[in-house]
Amino acid sequence: MTATDVAPARPAPSAAVVGRTVSYKVPVALGVLGLAALVLFGLLGPAGETTTFGVSGASDLVRIDPLELPSRATAVVLSVVALLLAAYSAVVARASREVPVWLVTVFGVVWVLAFLTWAVAGKSTSLVSLLQGSLLLAVPLAFGALGGLLNERAGVVNIAIEGQLLTGAFGAAVIGSVTGNAYVGLVAAPVFALVIGAMLALFTVKYHVNQIIVGVVLNVFAVGLTSFLYGSVLKEDAARLNSPPRLEVLPVPGLSQIPVLGPVLFRQTIIVYLLYVAVVVVSVALFRTRWGLRVRAVGEYPQAADTVGIDVERTRWHNVLLGSAVAGLGGAFFTIGSVGAFGEEMTAGKGYIALAAMILGRWSPVGALTAALLFGFADKLQQVLGVLQTPIPNQFMLMLPYIVTIFAVAGLVGRVRGPAAAGEPYEKG
Amino acid sequence: MSEQQAPPPGAAAPVPTRSADPAEHTAGTGGRASQVLREVSTGSLGVTVLAFVLALVIGAVLIIAVDDDVAAAAGYLFARPADFFSAAWSAVADAYSALFRGAVINYRADDLAGVIHPLTETLTAATPLIIAALGVAVGFRAGLFNIGAQGQVIMGATVSGLVGFAWHLPVGIHLVVALLGGVVAGGLWAGIAGFLKARTGAHEVIVTIMLNYVALYLLQYLLTTSLFSTGNQPKSRSVDPSAQLPLLLGDQFRLNAGFLLAILAAVFVWWLMTRSTIGFRFRAVGSNAHAARTAGMSVTATFVLVMVVSGALAGLAGATQVLGTEKFLTDGIAGTLGFDAITVALLGRSKPLGIFLAGLLYGGLNVGGRVMEVSTGTPIDIVLVIQSLVVLFIAAPPLVRAVFRLPSPETKEVAA
Repeated sequence: MTATDVAPARPAPSAAVVGRTVSYKVPVALGVLGLAALVLFGLLGPAGETTTFGVSGASDLVRIDPLELPSRATAVVLSVVALLLAAYSAVVARASREVPVWLVTVFGVVWVLAFLTWAVAGKSTSLVSLLQGSLLLAVPLAFGALGGLLNERAGVVNIAIEGQLLTGAFGAAVIGSVTGNAYVGLVAAPVFALVIGAMLALFTVKYHVNQIIVGVVLNVFAVGLTSFLYGSVLKEDAARLNSPPRLEVLPVPGLSQIPVLGPVLFRQTIIVYLLYVAVVVVSVALFRTRWGLRVRAVGEYPQAADTVGIDVERTRWHNVLLGSAVAGLGGAFFTIGSVGAFGEEMTAGKGYIALAAMILGRWSPVGALTAALLFGFADKLQQVLGVLQTPIPNQFMLMLPYIVTIFAVAGLVGRVRGPAAAGEPYEKG
Repeated sequence: MSEQQAPPPGAAAPVPTRSADPAEHTAGTGGRASQVLREVSTGSLGVTVLAFVLALVIGAVLIIAVDDDVAAAAGYLFARPADFFSAAWSAVADAYSALFRGAVINYRADDLAGVIHPLTETLTAATPLIIAALGVAVGFRAGLFNIGAQGQVIMGATVSGLVGFAWHLPVGIHLVVALLGGVVAGGLWAGIAGFLKARTGAHEVIVTIMLNYVALYLLQYLLTTSLFSTGNQPKSRSVDPSAQLPLLLGDQFRLNAGFLLAILAAVFVWWLMTRSTIGFRFRAVGSNAHAARTAGMSVTATFVLVMVVSGALAGLAGATQVLGTEKFLTDGIAGTLGFDAITVALLGRSKPLGIFLAGLLYGGLNVGGRVMEVSTGTPIDIVLVIQSLVVLFIAAPPLVRAVFRLPSPETKEVAA
């Protein structure tokens, strides 16, 4: 490996043009996974069992009978489809093109279905509730990742997503409880997370302290502060301060009646609908507006941005605050969006998974959402399989998002490159 | 230990502006990162003390804000302001004196053992903190952020524990093998991040964070297997006596030979970083990777080696935790050691002596915080707030100077 491989931080267009090489990493990885599925889930799978997938809920207008599939045959067919996709990716790679994201995504879906068919053999599970739960669990991850990428696109690394989620969760619970209105709590969440955001901006943008250090320390600070207030105030008067109402499920009329997808996508709480809006708004704002262009310029090449008259410091301040507010909104999920009351360290490392989702989604809102959904699915699947007592220890399912992320940053699943100036303080010179 | 912040001979000043050449840019990043770290590590002792004072004051404000007596007195603040202030004072004084009693000397105890018991607990708690922080600091000095001390501590503790209860070796050898097991496990675990950074450019921060969770879930899984656990509890068998670190002050105290290992580790890191060729290479790469490469050093090999050394120390910290203090494994064996180690390394300015003192301070705060929680009801989490604020303030001397209205060093120079 040459020197440039150590930290290929610059776009380096020359390298792409001159040293274009055919990389078979992705096809090989997919091929190996496909073969593993064929052997493990298909050929070595239990013979004569059926896998039952429920596809509609009790309250659906259109009822669909549960799918009863022969486990082994279905897994074999799905594995073969996966292998065909791997073969196609090899064709793409041979033409020196990057394997498209959709291909990897479809491969993933097919592979997971093969896995599910094997894992649920002889039992039954509801696909609708599996997907519904996945989406719900993805909410804080997606908001956290969106918040993170708003920071990083402006050149500030946000390790403090965890802290922002936690303060958001805290704010939503306390304010929701005091006012007795979950929607007021929902508004309070981003406001509380701004505390962490403001500190992040103060120390990184104004005082140029290393962004990674500040992020790590702010997470400790957020845990300390919320746990301190929880132990000294919230616990004493839980009825008044820590019993917020929960956000109710608001089915979208009409859309929620679509079979399978309806209940999954449109029978959710307002926080999920806000996520749809946030992803679209951030995508458009970042890639289709002048504001977004400026933000990205600051994140990629602050000197150039400064030269054309963009205020680098102010842009970073704005984005750090905005990003922390967005992440804080995701924090509301933990309290008013699910269990209600606040608990110590209840985010339990989800902020770091959000960080992973941001990276895996390559710093794009849609990508971040996709990665968050993937991680949410892994989490939900782990819960479901835990109940079904399948052969996979649930710890390995819990590990999955982290391992996938390591593979992603190591470039084994396509190349991942963040904003070039992320992590570097900008000093006007 | 006053020297080492000077860039190595031949190293150019960190590149202030971005250059077009990607290789050059890499060097610039390393230079900038270490420049920041150098800033963290060269602030005056005065700033450290003031940062600590400031953090304690903010902690006090929080304690006052949530105190019931204070709240009651605040109800008639304008009628009798003295009540308010005395209630506030006693809330803070009670909490902080309990913290001191729990961390240093219990002046209320009846016998000598009771009096020094807190101190021995502080030393016990400081042991793994110091060792793990030394590991983090080795990374910092080489320009690498090892955020994965947590995972490395877990892996070290896991393997040390496994050797301790699964193998039955002769006295003496058993302890050494168990300790080595932890060192190797921690080193290899961190080595993954170093290897990936060297081979693919994967950022060590991300990889180490992810490895933290992988390690935790791996341990949780292992604790469910019959190799580790006998009962239904997620708790391993106990380490054989032959693999336990000997107690230093008799059965009354938990203080064990791990503390001596912490001292040895501090001396070793001092020697490594300031007296050895390898340490010179680490620092050269940390100061300016580009210059180091030009001088013929293999930057990628250094990355791997730095991470291995860093992780080995964290692994040793895990080993002392399981072989000395806890004697069996649970999934909470590492507590928040790995993250505390980062703050200790920063507070200790990445230098062995500083880390030793910072580790004692943090160990004391953690131990004292427990006593404070029991005796005054102030949640121990206030300690986390104080700890994190200290590090933030130390990292931003201009902020501390602004708060205390001190002149900046540059102006002083002009005046002189």
